[in-house]
Parts: sequence; structure tokens; C-alpha cells
Amino acid sequence: MSEPLVIVGNGMAAARLVDELTKVALGRYAVAVIGDEPRLAYNRVLLSSVLAGETTSQDIELRPASWWRDRGVTLKYGCLATEIDVGRRELKIENDESIPFSKLVLTTGSSPLRLNMAGADLAGVHTFRDSRDVDLLLALAAQKRRVVVVGGGLLGLEAAYGLAKAGAPVTLVHLIDRLMERQLDAPAAALLKSIVERKGIEILLNANTARIHGETRVEDVELADGRLIPADAVIFAAGIRPNIALAKEAGIPVNRGIVVDDHLQTGASGIFAIGECAEHRGVCYGLVEPAYEQARLLARHLAGREASYAGSIVATNLKVSGVSVFSAGDFIGGEGSESIVLSDINRGTYKKLVIADGRLTGAVLIGDVTDALWYHELIRMQQPTARIRADMMFGRSLAMRSEAA
Amino acid sequence: MTIVAPDLRAVKTTCAYCGVGCGILATPDGRGGAAISGDPDHPANFGRLCSKGSALGETLGLSNRLLYPMIRCGEGKMERVAWSDALDHVAHRFQHIIARDGPDAVAFYLSGQLLTEDYYVANKLMKGFVGSANVDTNSRLCMASSVAGHRRAFGADTVPGCYEDLDEADLLVLVGSNAAWCHPVLYQRMLVNKQKRGARMVVIDPRRTDTVGDDDLFLGLKPGTDAALFSGLLVYLADSGVLDRDYIALHTTGVDDAIARARSMAGSVGATALATGLSEQDVATFFQMFANTPRVVTLYSQGVNQSAQGTDKVNAILNCHLATGRIGLPGASPFSLTGQPNAMGGREVGGLANQLAAHMGFTPPDIDRVRRFWKAPRIATHEGLKAVQMFEAIARGEIKALWVMGTNPAVSLPNADGVRDALKKLDLFVISENVISNDTVDAGAHVLLPALAWGEKSGTVTNSERRISRQRAFLPAPGEAKPDWWIMGEVARRLGFGAAFSFASVADIFREHAALSAFENEGARDFDIGALQSLSDSDFDAMAPVQWPIRQGADPQARFFAEGGFFSSDFKARFIAPEVPALRTETTPARPLRLNTGRIRDQWHTMTRTGESPRLGQHLPEPFVEVHPDDAARYGVADGDFARVTTDYGQCTLRVVVSARQQRGMLFAPIHWSEANATGARVGSLVAPVTDPFSGQPENKATPASIAPYEYVFRGFALSRRPIEFPAHAWVARVAIQGGYGYLFADNADLTGWQSWLQAIATDDLAEYKDFGGGVYRAACFDGDRIDSCLFIGPAHDAGDWNVVKDLFAADRLGGDQRRMLLSGKSADGLANAGPIVCACFGVGRNTIGEAISAGARSAADIGAKLKAGTNCGSCIPELKRLVAESALNSRQQPQLTAAN
Repeated sequence: MSEPLVIVGNGMAAARLVDELTKVALGRYAVAVIGDEPRLAYNRVLLSSVLAGETTSQDIELRPASWWRDRGVTLKYGCLATEIDVGRRELKIENDESIPFSKLVLTTGSSPLRLNMAGADLAGVHTFRDSRDVDLLLALAAQKRRVVVVGGGLLGLEAAYGLAKAGAPVTLVHLIDRLMERQLDAPAAALLKSIVERKGIEILLNANTARIHGETRVEDVELADGRLIPADAVIFAAGIRPNIALAKEAGIPVNRGIVVDDHLQTGASGIFAIGECAEHRGVCYGLVEPAYEQARLLARHLAGREASYAGSIVATNLKVSGVSVFSAGDFIGGEGSESIVLSDINRGTYKKLVIADGRLTGAVLIGDVTDALWYHELIRMQQPTARIRADMMFGRSLAMRSEAA
Repeated sequence: MTIVAPDLRAVKTTCAYCGVGCGILATPDGRGGAAISGDPDHPANFGRLCSKGSALGETLGLSNRLLYPMIRCGEGKMERVAWSDALDHVAHRFQHIIARDGPDAVAFYLSGQLLTEDYYVANKLMKGFVGSANVDTNSRLCMASSVAGHRRAFGADTVPGCYEDLDEADLLVLVGSNAAWCHPVLYQRMLVNKQKRGARMVVIDPRRTDTVGDDDLFLGLKPGTDAALFSGLLVYLADSGVLDRDYIALHTTGVDDAIARARSMAGSVGATALATGLSEQDVATFFQMFANTPRVVTLYSQGVNQSAQGTDKVNAILNCHLATGRIGLPGASPFSLTGQPNAMGGREVGGLANQLAAHMGFTPPDIDRVRRFWKAPRIATHEGLKAVQMFEAIARGEIKALWVMGTNPAVSLPNADGVRDALKKLDLFVISENVISNDTVDAGAHVLLPALAWGEKSGTVTNSERRISRQRAFLPAPGEAKPDWWIMGEVARRLGFGAAFSFASVADIFREHAALSAFENEGARDFDIGALQSLSDSDFDAMAPVQWPIRQGADPQARFFAEGGFFSSDFKARFIAPEVPALRTETTPARPLRLNTGRIRDQWHTMTRTGESPRLGQHLPEPFVEVHPDDAARYGVADGDFARVTTDYGQCTLRVVVSARQQRGMLFAPIHWSEANATGARVGSLVAPVTDPFSGQPENKATPASIAPYEYVFRGFALSRRPIEFPAHAWVARVAIQGGYGYLFADNADLTGWQSWLQAIATDDLAEYKDFGGGVYRAACFDGDRIDSCLFIGPAHDAGDWNVVKDLFAADRLGGDQRRMLLSGKSADGLANAGPIVCACFGVGRNTIGEAISAGARSAADIGAKLKAGTNCGSCIPELKRLVAESALNSRQQPQLTAAN
């Protein structure tokens, strides 16, 4: 008899976990997936592509229904989990149904922050998280609504790009003096800004959103310096918050996220958490890569194999508003480090490698990301780089040729 | 469109460079350029050309041309003026100075690149009408010792042999001649003789040059000991019974004194070896070869001539040929190789301070004859000042007006810094030039007169075998440039000598020159082209290459002196007993080495022409000093690094080339670079101004010198579409490159300074690579898809590959990948190129995906299975799908396109 394993959340982490489980522990668990979004798991990373019209909502589905069926997964989507009864090892869902579990995995993800300010509850204030948001934003863009996106991080840029591409006039306001400050140094951010601006998006930096004006709907966004930006809609994209309510109410220890150990197990035995909702060694990851790594390790653990998660060395490696961006490690380069920089601004290229103690410790790349993974590997492996320093910037193949010579 | 206009046909002319005098076919392209090829009919080269001649087409641009007369105005700036004003000014100032200080206060300094007709007018004006013999020429630096040696031995400046002798000799002895680099077409001719007829070659030179083949006898003698070697040879010939007693008795005098003197300085093989630093075996081998080979040609060039004992060296060589009667016979002759296209023409008109005209000297009968012919009442009656002495007189303030034509004495003369300073003292400094800037122009010229350049001017030149060839124009005169003869004629007219200078054409001048050569000659003078004095204009235009003498009513004559007939009063040749060889200067502990100077294969003189050719810039792009490995170790200089070479006269900073081809105790540096194209590499500034007592030729090849390492932290190069100014602290050498201007440089200043420097000249489209910690800065700016300018600087091992970047610079358009790799300064050839990254998670590029699709992948899932692309975050799946779709579309369209074609 298979052990009942229940996964709460039907996102990318859940899909990957099922995939990994079928590879390492086929038949050991009877898997049920409970998700509140009313559709099959999809690739959330591609929502901005859907918004931008580069792909369809249909196309971003991770796996067809048959895939789930073939793996014997009980799939309940559009279904909210309401309570975990740790003692009775049951998960309560809508309509007072209960699902017993032997093992429970929380992949509840995160939610966008709604800034606490006057007017934040007006009609026309949205977030950008799931495919329902995308449908709303597409409608806005179709009507050529003036949109203000609050937040110049990855999410905000993606929303702004998608909206602009879909036809809406977009202004992006960002509190900090540069875009994506957690991933980019100043020149990289400046280059990204100029490229994004060329796509027709107005960007205001050092712009602190003070309040939103409007009778019933959004009319203007007011900045702390008094500037008024006329707007029909506002998208908050100023950060995310792990979804921890379910765990917290069940008495499972939480901090910012649901606290897990190196086996991805929460404070409650047999209950695990992975993905954006989890907090491991004090870190909540907001990217898909660590979630996948966690899914792989948890699957091995659940299969009874030796598996321990030591955290992820995160790299940002994606397309932002159609621009390839890579960032990893100490990309600023502080005291005691040196930087090598290649810039070809008109070609949309900026590359910086940070070296400390003869090792690559950080990198930021805009435009040309050909060798991003190699840099990432060099950073992770902490290999001495003195011999390839002269050619490292121009890629692995040149550096290897010179080293061989 | 490659239609050639019917009038753009090949013009037969003669090369602009060395004294071989190769015939050239120039086919103008109608856009200011021309296709250049060798003239198969010309007897000097039969269609062959060397690297320099072949590249003449790359030197026809007008970028650095002087196009209008210019005069230094009140504020010291050069300003364009009308020809009439410039000529009035020159004539007026000359007139004033002559009236005030006498005719010897003025001088002309001419060039072996002037045409014979230009030379003739200059010589006639100065000697005949101004009344001074202060007419000298850069040929003084080139073959004056040969002239003096010829005159001492033969009674005239006669080259006895001809080029066919090189084909017919069994032994070719090259003395102080790097013919492989400096007279390449003749050298090739000699190689053919070696291959076809088995001729042997002996190369006598302190340096093992490229002229030395594997199977040749190389005699790397001590500098300045050539006369000892040939004296030893004379003794050996005498002792071996090889002397031609009949010839000696019938046609020569002085053999006993000469042999006695030779015996005293090199009386045996052993003594010769001791005097020259050669091994006895090598000396003996050479002596035997010479003694046993009747068909022997001894060729000599700067290594013999550019010496304070140059004339003695020449005579020591001539003695051996006279003593064996091996002169003027097929395959047997001494042979002076001249360095310039018309050094011989200059000698023919007498454009040297110690000759009067047409191979006549300053003897009373000659003076009288020329006076009558020219109708020149004020004719000069004594020798003028030879080049080195002329500039010393300028420095002393004795010569107050100087007119330089077509040469660059601030670079080429010994003690060139002193020359440059002297030029600044002149009351009047006139230059007729092609270029708007060179070291001499920049030394403070008062008047610049634009002269026609090669390809524009028309007249005659004479090569090393006495062959007169036409140089013909195949390009229009640019700007307001004029022939030199016209410029001088106009000044002469303004000085009141119009009647004597009423030449309407270059043919007019040639006819007068020919007439003077024959005037009261009757066989008394070697130079006689009287048969040409009545050529019609059209005959002159069509004149085929012809060897002199061409006496009226006499048969042509290819060689001299086989039957005697020397041009002395007794018709006999003179054996000259040379002095014991001794260099004029001595090394000291402070100047322990000797600096030899010379040429490189692909440059000529001060590079004002060859320096414009990208092809020629590739061979040896930087000024350098060659050092023997032992000396390099001793003085702490290393190959590829920099060194300072210092003499009592100046200092240069040069790249070091360590080579065992160099003799211990000697340095070698090429003469070509100047302030106009390099920093501190004007080797003329190092050379001692000591001269031969007979020829006045300076000893350019043995100045005591020291060498010390000089460190530059950074090396680099810059390429630009326009000339660029470098900061004064940098060492720079300019190199012509395809599509623009190249600069190789070295420096010790901060990299940030170079970044600001580049940014100041850059376009808006700038790419930069900065590794300041690693000492590297590279940047390129673009004009559309092509490089506009770029700068590469770094430590010596990481300055970037100039050749790779040069090739990219030459391209009109840089592809994306080329631009991506440009600042690596390395070739990207053969590197795997994945293309722009599509799958960020697995680093899979578009090219790789394209290959997978070509290999059969039909969906994103297929690609994922094969390359993993799209199997992690999946964000690239839409792009993967698009690539598959595009590829399907292309393959469907392909047959249609083919069908449409």
C-alpha cells in the first residue's frame, strides 16, 4: 500500500517535486496535489511572455493533464487548503473535506506585497503574480490604459515590459537610484534602464510612491516629492511575501517563511516545505532555481536516500524585458577585490567580473550572457583564475585555448 | 562596373626607389591611383619588381601632400600664397642675401630623387649664374666615395660594367651591400646566375644579412677593414702570379706602390686575417676563389661608401680588378650599386659641390668650356661645400640662405640634431617638397614650394649601369604642384637670368644637357650623350631606356676599359695606395660599442613614400636596434624590450632585437624613422659627422655608442581612420595600415590617462575593456559597423595582437561576433561559437540549437531531450518553438527560391 503524500500548492515547485519523485520513488507514495489556482501547473516565469504576447497562456502549462494522470497523481486544482491538522495528519480543504497524509509538502509560494498607503485599495490597483492577474492586465493594455508600475525589480520590469508591449503607456517608479539593485551594479542598471526606456517605458528612479488618488478608481499616483503621475491603473510589484498562514495556524514554526532544516523538513515531523514559502538557514529564495534544487533533494530524501540541502548559490540568469541579465555572487566588488569590465553600450552589452584573492567572486552581465554558466561555475568552484584572467572576459573557449597554448 | 576608360592605358616609367632603375608599367585607375607592374621590356628588371616597387600603388594618396605654395607669415604660421608671390619672395630674398653676403652665402641641397633635368637646372643656376658651387645632394651620403674612387682610378666617374655582368660572372663578391634587401631585383638576378650557372657568392659585411645564402662564403670582417682585406687580396694575386702584367703595363700606373703599401698592411693571408678579424681559412678561401675566377664582379654599396675611408676602400677594390685586367669584360668588373633612382643622373649633370657639370671638374679648361656653353659670366670657379660641411657652415652662420629640394636632411644627415638646429639659423630656408610635413619642413622652413611627385613628373633618370630611362607622368598634377625645373626657372628669371632658363619643356632641358655632354668632348670625357641632343619632343617622349655613352656617330658601348682608354691625361688608370684602415672614431669605456646604420627590406629613406604603404608597414613596423646576444647580456637589454642608444651626438629609444647575426661589439639600427613617424628614433641624430677626406661622405656605420635598457611598463597600439596626436610622454611608431593610421607605442603613464585620451577622440559608439588591476585597457569606437579608432594597451605580454586587430580594422563591416571578441585582442578563428544564449539555465546558444534542428529536432521537447535547453525554468520554450517554426519555414521556402532562380 502506497504512503499518502500530499502537496499543498500547484506551482512549479510542486510539479518538479512530482517529477523527481516519480524518478526516484515510483509507487512508494500515493500523491495528491491541492492547488488554489484554477488550472494545471504552469510556468510562472513565462507570465510576462504571455503578457507581452510572445506566447499564449495555454502554452505555458508545464505538463498536460495526461502527464499527471499517468503518474497516478490525484490533482485538485481550484481548491483551497484551509487547515493542517498536524496531530491527526490530515489536511482540511474547502467544503470541510479532509485528506489524510503520511507526508505533507508545502509549496504554497508567495504573494505580492501591497504597499500600505492611501488609495492602495482603489479599483485599478493590481498585482502581478498569477495568470488571473495577467488576464486583467491584458484587458488594461487592450484599452490603452495608462499604467504606473511600482517597483523596479525583476517583477516590476517584467510587468512594465509586458504591458508596454501589449500597448499600454507605462511609467515605472522605483524607490532606489537604480533598477534591480539587488542584482545589478550602477552601470549595468543604467544600461538596462536605457534599453527598457527604448521600449517606450518611462522610468522614474528615486521615486517614492506616497499615495494613490482617485474617487473610486485610480486617477493619479503621487510621489513623495509632490509629483503627480496620471494613471488609470497601478501595479504593485515591490516585493513578495512567503505564504505562511497555513503553516503558522497549524503551529508549525515560521519566521519570514516556513522554517525548514537541511532535509527541507519543517518543525513538524513529516511535514516539509520547499520553494518560495520556505525559509532555509534564514533565507527565503524568490527564484525558481533553488525551488527545483530543493524539490530534487526532497524527492531523494522522501525516497529514503541520503540527501541534504545546504542552500543555493543564487544567480539571476534570465531575460528581463527581453534583455539577457546574469548576476551572481559579489557583483559590486568591495574592498580587496578588483573588477574587470567590458562595456559596449550601443550593443547593449555590459560585463563585469569581480576577482578577489585570485578567484572569481562575482559577475554581472547584461546583453551577452554566453558564458554566464561558466562564470557561475567558477564562482561556485572558487578556482584560481590567474592563468585565465587575460581572456576570461571573452569566454570559456578563448580562455581554454589560451590556457592550452 | 569595372570598365576601364580607354585613355587609362599603361604608362611606361621607372621606379621611384633605388638605383637599380626598374621599368614600371603604371595603369592609372582614373581616381588618383594606379595599378603597378614591372615592365617586361625594361632591361634592368625584365618585369620583376621588389616589395617596395610593387607597393608603389599604395603610396599615391594625397593625404600628406603639399599642394600650394606657403610662406611663413608674421605670427610664424605657414600661409598659402600665390605662386607668383612665393617665387617673387624667394628670388628677392636670394638676391638680397647674395648682394649682401656674396654668392657663397647661399646653397642648394638636392636629392638623388630629382630628375636629371631638375638637377641640370639647379646646377646651372647655382654654379653658372649665382656663381657658387654650394650645390650638394643627398647622394653625398650615398655613393660619393665611389665617385671619388672612380675619379682617382679612372680619371672619370665611370661605372665600367653593366647588369649583364651579373648574369655572366662566375664569382659575385658583395662588399658592404645587403643587396637582398636594398637592390632586390639585381640580387634575384644574381641568384638566377647561381642556380643556372653555378656562380659562387661571397658576402663581405660586418653583419650577417639576408644577402648571405647558406652556400655562400660569408666574411664577417671587423668594421672599416675592407681596404685591408682587398690589399691582402692584391698581395695574394701578385704572389700567385695572377696579375695581368700586360694590362697593367699598357693601361695603368702605380701598381708597384700599391702592392708595396698593400704588403705593408696585409702582406699575407695571416696578416690579412689579423687585420680584418677573419679566420685565415676564410681569407684564404676568398683569395683563392678570386684568384681562380676570371669572371668576377665585385659589387659594393653603402658599407664601402659610407665611411671616412670610403674612397680608399673603393680604390682597394678597383686595384684588384685593374691588376687582373678584370674590368669592362663580360662578367668581370667592379660594380658600384647606387642607392637612389637618379644618383647617377645627378653625377652626370655635376650636381655635386666638387664637380662642375657633365663630368667636368673645376679645372680652368673645364670652367672655361662650361662658361662658354652656358654663356655664364659669373660661373663658380672653385668647389663648393659638401653636404656635411655645408650644414656646418649653416650652423656657423656662413651660409644664410638654403634651398632644399626633395630630401630630408634633418633626418638623414649625421648629427641630425645639429643639422636641425642649424636650419633654424637661416635667414632664408626654402623647401621644394611633396609632403606638407617632415622633420626638415618642421625645422622651420620659411617657404614651401609644392613640387610634382613620382607619377606626376616627367624627365629622365639614370640607373647604376648608366642606363637612362624616362620617368613619365601618369597622374595629373595635384593642387598647384609644379615641376622642380619650372620652379627654379621661374626664380632664375626673376633673378635676371631669363635668357639662360627659357626652357619650354623638359625635353628642352634634356637636349641642352645632352649638348653640353658632347660640347668639345671628342672622346675626352666618358659622359657623352651627344647623339640625343637633337631628339624631337616626340622622340624624347618615346625614348626607350638607353645606356651611355651615346656619342654622335659612334656605336653604343655597354662597358668601359677592357682595352684601357681611361679618362686621364695619359689614358691610364691609377693604382691608389690606400692608407692603413682606421676608423675615425674610437670606442671608450663610456661608448664601448659601434653603431652601424642601414636599411630594411620594405622601407626606403625617411619613409615619406614607403611609409604610406600598409603592405610595406607589415615587415618591420618599429624602429629597432640589433644587438649580439653576448652584448645584450652584458648591457642588460632583452629581445623585445626597449633600449636607449647614446652617442656623443644624440640619443634614441629603440626596440631591441637580439640576434647572433650581429657582430659582437656592434649595434645596428635602421635609418628610416624620423620625428614625423616615431619618437626618439631618428638614428641620424646618433651618427658622428666625420667624413672621408676625398669624397666628403660621412662615416655612418661606425659611431661609438652605448646601450642601456629602458623600461616601459605598458605597450600598446592604436588604429584610427585619421592621424592622431599622442601624448608627449609616449614612445610611438606610426605604421601605415589598410584603411587608416596605425601606431605602436609604449608608455609609463597611468592607464586612466589613456582612457581619457581615447575618450577625447572617440565617437559616441564606444566599447571598452578595463582591467586596470591587470594593467590592461582596450577600447574601440565605431562608425556604423566599422571600427573608427581603437586603442589597446597593456603589459608587454598582454597588449593584444596587432595583426588580428588590424585585419578587423581593415574590414568595412564587423559582424556581431567579431565585435564581441574584438577587445580580446586575439583571433576568434576556430573557437566554438554557441551563438547568443537562448537557454540561460543550461547555457545553450542559438547556433547550437540551430544545429540540433538541422539534425532532426522538430519540437521544443526534442531540443530539450538533446540539449537540455528549456527543461529547467522553461522560459526559453517560446523561443525554441519559434526557432523550430522558422527553420521549417526556411526549409519549405528553399525549394521555391531555387525554383524562382
